[in-house]
Amino acid sequence: MIYDAGSYDVAVIGLGHAGCEAALATARLGLKTVAFAINLDSIALMPCNPAIGGPAKTNLVREIDALGGQMAINTDETLIQERTLNTSKGPAVRALRAQSDKKRYQFNMKYTLEKQENLDIKQAEVVDIEVENGEVKSVITKNGARYLCKSCIVTTGTYLRGRIIIGDVSYSGGPNGLFPANELSKCLERLNIKLMRFKTGTPARVDKKSINFDAMEIQPGDEKIKPFSYLHDEINVEQIPCWLTYTNSRTHEVIMRNINRSPLYSGEIKGVGPRYCPSIEDKVVKFPDKPRHQLFIEPEGRNTNEMYVQGMSSSMPEDVQIEFLRTIKGLENVKVMRPGYAIEYDCIDPTQLKQSLELKTISGLFFAGQVNGTSGYEEAAAQGLMAGINAAMKLLNREPFILDRSEAYIGVLIDDLVTKGTNEPYRMLTSRAEYRLILRQDNADFRLTEKGRQIGLVDDERYERFLKKKIQYEKEMERLKTAMIVPSDFVNEYLKSKGSSPIVTGITMYDLLKRPEIDYISSKVIDKDRPEDIRDDVAEQIDINIKYEGYIKKQLEQVEKFKALENKKIPSWINYDDIKGISIEARQKLKSIMPTSVGQASRISGVSPADISVILIYMQSRR
Amino acid sequence: MIDDTIAAISTAVGEAGISIIRISGRDAIKIVSGIFKSKRNIDLKAVKSHTVHYGFIYDSESNEVYDEVLVNVMKSPHTYTKEDIVEINCHGGYVPAKRILELVLKNGARLAEPGEFTKRAFINGRIDMSQAEAVIDIIRSKTALSNKYAVMQLSGSVKDKINEIKNDLVALIAHIFALMDFPDEDVEIFNDSELIDGIKNAIRKIDELLDSSEKGRIIREGLNTVIIGKPNVGKSSLLNALLNENRAIVTDIPGTTRDIIEEYLNIKGIPIKLIDTAGIRDTDELVEKIGVERSKEAINKADLIIFVFDNSRPLEKEDYEILRIIDDKNVLYVLNKIDLPSMIDLDEIRRISNENYISLSSVTKEGFDVLENTVYNMVMENGLSNNEFLLTNMRHKDALLKAKENLMSCLNTIERGLTEDFVSIDLNAAIDNLGLITGETANEDLINEIFERFCVGK
Repeated sequence: MIYDAGSYDVAVIGLGHAGCEAALATARLGLKTVAFAINLDSIALMPCNPAIGGPAKTNLVREIDALGGQMAINTDETLIQERTLNTSKGPAVRALRAQSDKKRYQFNMKYTLEKQENLDIKQAEVVDIEVENGEVKSVITKNGARYLCKSCIVTTGTYLRGRIIIGDVSYSGGPNGLFPANELSKCLERLNIKLMRFKTGTPARVDKKSINFDAMEIQPGDEKIKPFSYLHDEINVEQIPCWLTYTNSRTHEVIMRNINRSPLYSGEIKGVGPRYCPSIEDKVVKFPDKPRHQLFIEPEGRNTNEMYVQGMSSSMPEDVQIEFLRTIKGLENVKVMRPGYAIEYDCIDPTQLKQSLELKTISGLFFAGQVNGTSGYEEAAAQGLMAGINAAMKLLNREPFILDRSEAYIGVLIDDLVTKGTNEPYRMLTSRAEYRLILRQDNADFRLTEKGRQIGLVDDERYERFLKKKIQYEKEMERLKTAMIVPSDFVNEYLKSKGSSPIVTGITMYDLLKRPEIDYISSKVIDKDRPEDIRDDVAEQIDINIKYEGYIKKQLEQVEKFKALENKKIPSWINYDDIKGISIEARQKLKSIMPTSVGQASRISGVSPADISVILIYMQSRR
Repeated sequence: MIDDTIAAISTAVGEAGISIIRISGRDAIKIVSGIFKSKRNIDLKAVKSHTVHYGFIYDSESNEVYDEVLVNVMKSPHTYTKEDIVEINCHGGYVPAKRILELVLKNGARLAEPGEFTKRAFINGRIDMSQAEAVIDIIRSKTALSNKYAVMQLSGSVKDKINEIKNDLVALIAHIFALMDFPDEDVEIFNDSELIDGIKNAIRKIDELLDSSEKGRIIREGLNTVIIGKPNVGKSSLLNALLNENRAIVTDIPGTTRDIIEEYLNIKGIPIKLIDTAGIRDTDELVEKIGVERSKEAINKADLIIFVFDNSRPLEKEDYEILRIIDDKNVLYVLNKIDLPSMIDLDEIRRISNENYISLSSVTKEGFDVLENTVYNMVMENGLSNNEFLLTNMRHKDALLKAKENLMSCLNTIERGLTEDFVSIDLNAAIDNLGLITGETANEDLINEIFERFCVGK
């Protein structure tokens, strides 16, 4: 018996990191939104590591923030430790990583959703999406509720036909002991959506009381916490340390002795797993010469004794997991609270999506997050935000909001997914971003706040903060270009102290800052007219933009070339069967991906420069 | 694609009064103004459209003056391609035009694809419906043809070499990225000197390849051509007739050319290094023997072998002997002395040469035009190669030069004490440029390499 449960603009299926951003975005843009989770206590669940950020992922989080998303704010509000990574490797790859209090992260996010106007959250398993005339019409829950909706965003993470594997034991299940979503996969298949089967895994959680920390190396957080969100100036919380230890030859011996019981090697696991998230058995088999592997013991929160064993992801049988954990220094008497497991799940082939994350074949049906074949909380949240924005843009009769590869890591992520697809869970890496020198985490606000404002997700508070910062930056850059530093004993003494050569004629402060050894903040002593109130993050922008001007300019030139092709739009009426002279492989790929620009077409594997020439001429001739 | 600047020699290659290098695109004027010097210090960027300027082309890095030229500046949109076009009129012949083209490429232009000026003319709006399909066909076939050549010209050994360089660089950058993307993992750090050595090593290998660039070498050293035949078939007289001078000793007694004689000549602009060898035949004479040994050595190094038969004598064991030695070489079969009565089995010559031989007479000069045309065509159209060298394709060379430039700027970045992320940008560019040659994209290679080599990931 199906009952009418109400009518909404948008239905969001799943409330993990993608679903939360999607639901908040549509609700904040004024659309009546309903969002479902199989268990409301699993909202914003972190079923794997208790951390947000890292290289490339930090950039995603800060971009989400600049556009008016929630992840950075929620991270700042619930972190228990933070470190800046890659400080010595250059501005393009500098990153933050926060250890989160998992439960606080979840409930803080849950409360944010609950307080959000226009948003209703429901505990229910969605089993069907009803489509009429190629348009989404409603969703139906297991308990028989039908919610009419104009748009639906699927953010089901690893729940679809989830299967848990621990050694020789396997059963149907979602992450972290939750129910799987077995029926929705069938619905997606009915809608002719191509599914893939991926796999991921997580390590054991162990009891803090059973760990001997004296045998491990402490890893505290940074003295000063840098906020993820541009809304926050500082964060003052007591930090909790992580601990470092290593596997050893005995650990490896236990693993090798039991390798035949590993489902990875017995063929029990058929899904494709991510290479950057190898299980410990993978590492031992693949790198037999490595005498030890590094492990971090990370707290899962302030008010829990559960500790996450980073580096020890495993799908070995529970008894083997206990045995090898106890070979490790400091874990000799360890008690396992939750065993590690592998999970297999259905996801969709993301090349079926448009750049807006809407399915090409069904109007109003959007997909975001792990269901698109990605991995990682940050990747999921970024897609969730974009799917939410685009579902809203569509209902508001506005243009889709697309970020390209030169504008944001989000753009790289989505372009890779919809253009190239993926054959393993996709993780964001700095090496994937061609223009990483301009897509830095420190300038996400400069890149995206205006765009977020136009969309309507950047509120007055954020916008005014940004404008203030921007004006300060611009004014100061102008001043530095005319601020003359004249040679004097004092000035040259300062330069000497920085290991820099003395000046003999006057030089502008701007040119002096081009020297790698001279930094903006310390040079205040020789720069008499400098305003007192320059923010630290403005100082950072000044340093980076002056010192690396040449490199940034070079990348901007590359971007300009890239943009020229991106701006050559391929009209939707194009009929590739009509174009003589493109290769068969290219024709097939082009027909299935349906690139929106010549630039996108050129990134499809199998489409050659000759094919692109032909398309250009065809387009010209039909103009 | 349409926003870069392309260049090509637009006159036919060969001996002529002038050659024209045409450059079209956004940076055409900027590029040429950077390598153009005139007495009155004309700034090409400031001149009026459709004007001609006298001056010199020089390399701003080495300050070497290349040639005295006339430069035509034509500004968009009233040009053939509707883009800015500059045409450099330089002295004729193969060498000056090639060198100037290379200089233009080094300064930011890209070598034009076959038919690309026309393609741009069409794309930039000079198209009409009926022409569109025809142009598509032309571009398709030309590109397919050039791709086919590029692949053919990219011999296994060059591809291996480029892959070797690329793999070295991918290994370096993978290490950098493993460190950058997985900062907390115990990936061993590597120091600047390792990085510098790796980059320098790659530059050295690129230089080697560039040196072996065949046409470059031919321009510098000449096409290594060996004239071979049994004693007294008229090798030296053929050489002399080609040279129009009496350089080698010519007698009727077999074995009087005892050493290798090298001479240079120029066929339609292509420099040829001709080597006349001692005739190959069994002999006990010591002096002769040395000559024979050296002949064999010369054969091994040759780009082209001219195998001479004597029309006035029957084929002998020695002819077949030579045939066996030159088995896998580029051979041009020449039937000499057609001014004398034919004693040779012509059917057999047809069989040996696969119906493809040139009849000539060193005395009457009959058939020499055919010989010259054939040599020219072999070099210019088919490309000649033995297994030693082999970067025959200008596009490949262009990409190699760009990769080298990227690597030089990597070194500069390291020298200036900048961080790895800056190094990675030029390294990436170098790898992309090498990938253009082998037709493989680098990004997936790189990500594979990171996970193959480094045990990273939580």
